[in-house]
Amino acid sequence: MSATGPARASRWRRVLRDRPLIPLIVLLLALVVVLELLRPGIVNERWVANTIKFAIPLAILAACQTMTMLTGGIDLSVGIVATMSAFVMATQVTTHDPAVAILIALVPAALVGLANGIGVAFFRVHPLIMTLGMSLIVTGCLQVYQRTVLATGSAIPEALVWLGTGRTYGIPNALVLFVPLAVAIVFGLRRTGFGRLLYAIGDNETASRFAGVLVWQVIIVLYVISGLLAGIAGLLYVGLIKAPSLSLAVPLLLPSVAAAVIGGTSIFGGRGGYAGTIVGALILSVLTTLLTVLQMPEGSRRMLFGAIILVVTAAYIRITEES
Amino acid sequence: MSPRASLTRIVRRNGWVIGLCALLGVLLIVTKIIQPNYGAAGFGSLVRAALPFAFAAAAQALVVIVGGVDLSIASMMALTSVTAATLMEGSSEEFAILVVLLVLLMGLVLGAINGALIVITRVPDIVVTLAMLFVWEGAALLVLQAPGGAAAQWLKALIVGTVDVAWLPREVSTWIPKGLVLLVVALGVVWIPLRRSRLGLSMYAVGSDPLAAFRSGVAIGRTKIVAYALAGLFAAMGGLVLTMSTGIGAPIPGPYLLASVAAVVLGGVTLGGGKGGLVGPIVAVLILRLVRTDLTFLAIDPNVTTIIEGTIMVFVVMLGGLVALRSHPR
Repeated sequence: MSATGPARASRWRRVLRDRPLIPLIVLLLALVVVLELLRPGIVNERWVANTIKFAIPLAILAACQTMTMLTGGIDLSVGIVATMSAFVMATQVTTHDPAVAILIALVPAALVGLANGIGVAFFRVHPLIMTLGMSLIVTGCLQVYQRTVLATGSAIPEALVWLGTGRTYGIPNALVLFVPLAVAIVFGLRRTGFGRLLYAIGDNETASRFAGVLVWQVIIVLYVISGLLAGIAGLLYVGLIKAPSLSLAVPLLLPSVAAAVIGGTSIFGGRGGYAGTIVGALILSVLTTLLTVLQMPEGSRRMLFGAIILVVTAAYIRITEES
Repeated sequence: MSPRASLTRIVRRNGWVIGLCALLGVLLIVTKIIQPNYGAAGFGSLVRAALPFAFAAAAQALVVIVGGVDLSIASMMALTSVTAATLMEGSSEEFAILVVLLVLLMGLVLGAINGALIVITRVPDIVVTLAMLFVWEGAALLVLQAPGGAAAQWLKALIVGTVDVAWLPREVSTWIPKGLVLLVVALGVVWIPLRRSRLGLSMYAVGSDPLAAFRSGVAIGRTKIVAYALAGLFAAMGGLVLTMSTGIGAPIPGPYLLASVAAVVLGGVTLGGGKGGLVGPIVAVLILRLVRTDLTFLAIDPNVTTIIEGTIMVFVVMLGGLVALRSHPR
């Protein structure tokens, strides 16, 4: 080893620390290469479109986690909120215009967010507990609601199917919704006052309070946005899955936390961003295909999934941490 | 110190737990009013239904006290339960003793792995245990694809019926289900010596202020690993109880994660660490189960029960938040 070894290593480390997206994108590409090596020919235009389609609802749910995690919180109600708005929309659309049904479906999503925000901001309930409790309540409400609409049946509007499943010139239509949304979130977090406030509160809540920030307003708006985003993700997801059920988006909850964490957002608040989260969602999506292609038993697949989340996060912390 | 002063001190220190016990008492009376023939048998089945939840809550409480949180408890319970059920299938009753010891050891090891990973990787607890949730769940599926296996007769008998003690009048002993004794003994054997030891003190120290604990010479990493290992042990007990009560093992984790967090918070163990004990969460588990029973007696739709449970959980925690705000105005 030459004398320049450690110096070069530290320069590398600095580059990686300043550009945390680079290692993530490298990992994503590496996973795609491994996939192509395992099953030559699988990586084509159609596969890429499919992967992106499945990654988008996850990425939107992970946006909720990213933003709440920036303030040191977490939103564990997103899975059931997404499910709820999808289910409400699917049952309301039989009697209402699709646009009206979608609006009706987003109202409870925003209300759940509002309740979360009030609990966290005013009553200072730990976000983990508050959102878990709300998800219990919503689960119960949804089951009761299901009984009242058994007769009406359900349908999924053409527009949502087009948005969720369709492709135009090989490009998934969901990007029409997702690209502006992602740009707005990335821009909103980096450049707007609201975004900066989220970082400030996550970094030091007391200091931001003394600096004149009305923390409760920010927190309430944040959780309402989180609820709305979860609702939108649910509508998109039901257009993709095409079968509304009471457990539609619930399995996406833990992966959404994982996507945000892999993407480099600190669960303790104050550090991270949405661009990393999007790559994190893509990584998880590719990983799922990879594990399916390997044709392992379900058990080993889950074990590997967990292990990879852990290894990626640990490596990421090692690389980006100040040394 | 006068007896009166020490009494007020006990009340002040354990106010939350005493309040919970009072609430449990009120609920039992309410139950008796709703369902006049509710009695020892009903209490026995309440305890039996609460057992796995109680062990899950105890495990979660230990971890929360050191300032962590363990999302993998339900998965560890599933893994230990299927392991026990698989090993006991077609084997002798004596062999089951060995299986129980082995599974308890396994729980310790699983928990220690969780803790060691947290300490070594420096990844936040919640993320590590989230990842391990998938790992243990996957392992459970590898052990057993679908619900199956068996449990030894003596194990199943361990939680059925009541304790017969010669010197106790029959009226009293019918109110002591074997399950309750098992719970108290199993948790007490670990918790009481721990609470009185240096290690137990270190756990509280690490939970309330890691930096101060470190500067006072507490080995933070080791304390955390031990707490997680003991949580794994409790989770293994929970897994065994699952196998005992159902006679089989199921690889899909039950609803114990959410319930354990809820019971821990209701039980006065603050998330963030350093406060509370095991009694509060256990009483909270009984309260939550009893509410469910009462709502069933009232012929309320089980789905509405879920709503009410969630609402109770949220409101109690909000109330706790308000009380904390009043006593420590910021």
